[in-house]
Amino acid sequence: MLNYVSKRILIGILTLLAASIVVFIVLDVVPGDPARLMLGMNATEEAVRALQQQMGLDQPLLVRYASWIGGLLVGDFGKSYTYSVPVLNLITERIAVSLPLALISLFLSTVIAIPVGLFSASRRGTMADSGTMAIAQVGVAIPNFWFALLLVYVFAVSLRLVPAGGFPGWNAGVWAGFKSLILPSIALGLPQAAILARVTRSALLDVLGEDYIRTARAKGLTRRKVLYRHALRNALIPVLTILGLQFAFLLAGTIIIENVFYLPGLGRLVFQAITQRDLIVVQGVVMLLVAAVIVVNLLVDLSYALVDPRLRGRS
Amino acid sequence: MNLLEISKLTLRIGAFEALKGIDLSVRTGEIRALVGESGSGKSMTALSIMKLLPGGARTGGQINFGGKDLLTASEAEMCRLRGNEIGMVFQEPMTALNPVKTIGEQVAEGIRLHTGATRAIAEEQTRAILDRVGLPGAKFPLGRYPHELSGGQRQRVVIAIACALKPRLLIADEPTTALDVVLQAQILDLLQSLVDEERMGLLLISHDLAVVAGMAHSITVLRHGEVMDTGETTQILSEQTHPYTRQLAQASMHVPERTAHHLTLATPDGPLLAIRNLTRTYPGRRKGLFGRDPDFRAVDDVTFDIKPGQSTALVGRSGCGKSTLARMVLALDRPTDGQIHFAGRRIDKLTPDDLRPVRRNMQVVFQDPYGSFNPRHKAERLIAEPLYLLDRELSDGERRDRVHRALERVGIPRADKDKYPHEFSGGQRQRLAIARAIITEPKLIVADEPVSALDVSIRAQILDLFADLNDRLGIAYLFITHDLAVARAITDTVMVMSEGKIVERGKTEEILRQPLSEAGRALVRASPDLHKALARRITEQG
Repeated sequence: MLNYVSKRILIGILTLLAASIVVFIVLDVVPGDPARLMLGMNATEEAVRALQQQMGLDQPLLVRYASWIGGLLVGDFGKSYTYSVPVLNLITERIAVSLPLALISLFLSTVIAIPVGLFSASRRGTMADSGTMAIAQVGVAIPNFWFALLLVYVFAVSLRLVPAGGFPGWNAGVWAGFKSLILPSIALGLPQAAILARVTRSALLDVLGEDYIRTARAKGLTRRKVLYRHALRNALIPVLTILGLQFAFLLAGTIIIENVFYLPGLGRLVFQAITQRDLIVVQGVVMLLVAAVIVVNLLVDLSYALVDPRLRGRS
Repeated sequence: MNLLEISKLTLRIGAFEALKGIDLSVRTGEIRALVGESGSGKSMTALSIMKLLPGGARTGGQINFGGKDLLTASEAEMCRLRGNEIGMVFQEPMTALNPVKTIGEQVAEGIRLHTGATRAIAEEQTRAILDRVGLPGAKFPLGRYPHELSGGQRQRVVIAIACALKPRLLIADEPTTALDVVLQAQILDLLQSLVDEERMGLLLISHDLAVVAGMAHSITVLRHGEVMDTGETTQILSEQTHPYTRQLAQASMHVPERTAHHLTLATPDGPLLAIRNLTRTYPGRRKGLFGRDPDFRAVDDVTFDIKPGQSTALVGRSGCGKSTLARMVLALDRPTDGQIHFAGRRIDKLTPDDLRPVRRNMQVVFQDPYGSFNPRHKAERLIAEPLYLLDRELSDGERRDRVHRALERVGIPRADKDKYPHEFSGGQRQRLAIARAIITEPKLIVADEPVSALDVSIRAQILDLFADLNDRLGIAYLFITHDLAVARAITDTVMVMSEGKIVERGKTEEILRQPLSEAGRALVRASPDLHKALARRITEQG
């Protein structure tokens, strides 16, 4: 097991290295010069070149890459071109919003999807099953920003239960911060729950056709007990896989929702950085996300072994 | 009064009438065999008793158990009976246990459910029953997972689950069909002794009369959802008054007629297949960072010849290395050491391209006729598949001619070439597999348990077909099997394999009559034999 983990960590580091090269090259070849963009269209050539020199953009690709990577290794993500503050500060500030948002959404998705999946699977072919799955289908299909607007209209504008947008910062108190994340979490989490519920249901139905389910029934277990004690754990592997993918998405793929709710999250940071050619910020965030995805995948793989003893002790 | 009394049981699944008024009884302490071919309704009868039928099934008639009609019992009542008063053992031990729970948990679960025992007491009882079924605590602690056990050991766990609470009725649905003959004999012995000890009634379901002849008190023969014949075992089997019972009995002992033709075909040119010191090892399990278990020798220094037209059986228990050997002969796996010569040419080091002419002359038939066909292709395309091995491409007409000839030789109408695999029965599918194997007119067919998934009457027909092709076309066979009846039926010579080695070889009839090796004796002793079983029963009864 230890062997397996250390191997996976090594692979993770290599992946990060490969990702850093790709990110760096891609951002280098995309059109748009940060220096010119900062100075405006009317700036003179000399001024632009001077700024380039100051930012180190005149150095060869390899040198720039080496200095960036060298910085990353000691926790120096560089300095944002546009904000003139360390990238790391920007990122940590935004993570304080994005990470709780992703975790709450993931939590919602899980606690809704698994019971719904169990409910539907245990009533396969009934009206309750088809009704639930039809709702889930709608949940998968509707765009989450539209759903977000609907939530804002009902809960913020009409009922005035929660703020319609913005984020007061955690300094304003945990509850105030949490309150402003409730609607965005629901808008993000429910569509994910719909997907996950369908996956849970179909995984359960696959398992319910297995021979050992019949053995369990022949022991005298009721349908319900068989579902909880024997089917659920066996159905968890596809569910965990989807959960891992969803977490990666929720961490960064939330630009639209962040915009709808005026949340200062990672998504918006990247979006702004791209439009302003603040490449060093983009690179930093992307590296962080790649690292997050690698870690989540490793956790998902390790959790497989927790669920299924056949996967333990494999090298 | 009978423990179980089924009267006029009917079962419909959709428009299909699975059971058409079955009468069946089991007394306390009685072993009742329920015999029939696939689709006869044996398993459906068992599942009706357990009330674990698939959705949409509708039953009629009565199933009286201990004075209660199960068909009208509530689900809650059934949950109290299942696993407590009625235990059930299933056919497929490899999949019958939950892979994510330990064997201890799975046995204890039923005990705790029905008796409300504490965890400690339930575990104590679990330990006792596992010991009883032959899984002693030293080697099989409760924390073992099913995947750490072999098929026979898993079936013992399933039996432990079914018998943990000493049910009054035990239902065993083909409990040994997936196991080799030696394991089969052990499992049947275990069931017999459990029944004797606890005075259970046992409903033993099987497709093979020979399997149940040795231990059942009474037999009920089922066909197409109807009872054909029923009565006391020795009487039913010795008199064989019912034509269907006779047919089943004969099929299970069937030996195809073979002329001596194949031997005259044998040329003095030397062997068709020559295996020399063949060895295949697998690396041992990794232990920690540097340590490893010693290499596992799946096939260990095996040497033998097959002459043209010769039919040879390779018999042995599951896991003895016979399939690994077959895979190397077929060039699907590379030997670690040793040589394989086919038709005078060394083949174990050839590239895939160079293997083409070899493959043309050496074809294969697998156990599961369904799994070996692409379900989306029609029979014609499936059968014609190996034709790409020929040196030149055939015209459409020639290809069709070949397909027709192959179909004819295996006894399938030409018109069926446009059907899909699922439109054929199991026996027909195995005929298709054979048609596919002979279409390139090979000199050798390697057949891996080619009849063990088939009903006895179908099995007899397929054995006839193999014998006929050997006679007419002079094809040599390497039959891989754990079933001595198959070896006896159509092979000239037999090799007994055990732990990767060939421990005994010779003329089939001699070896099977008087095996000298321990492995050979174990196989012969365990092989179900209708004649012997019947003779023993008759002397027992005087």
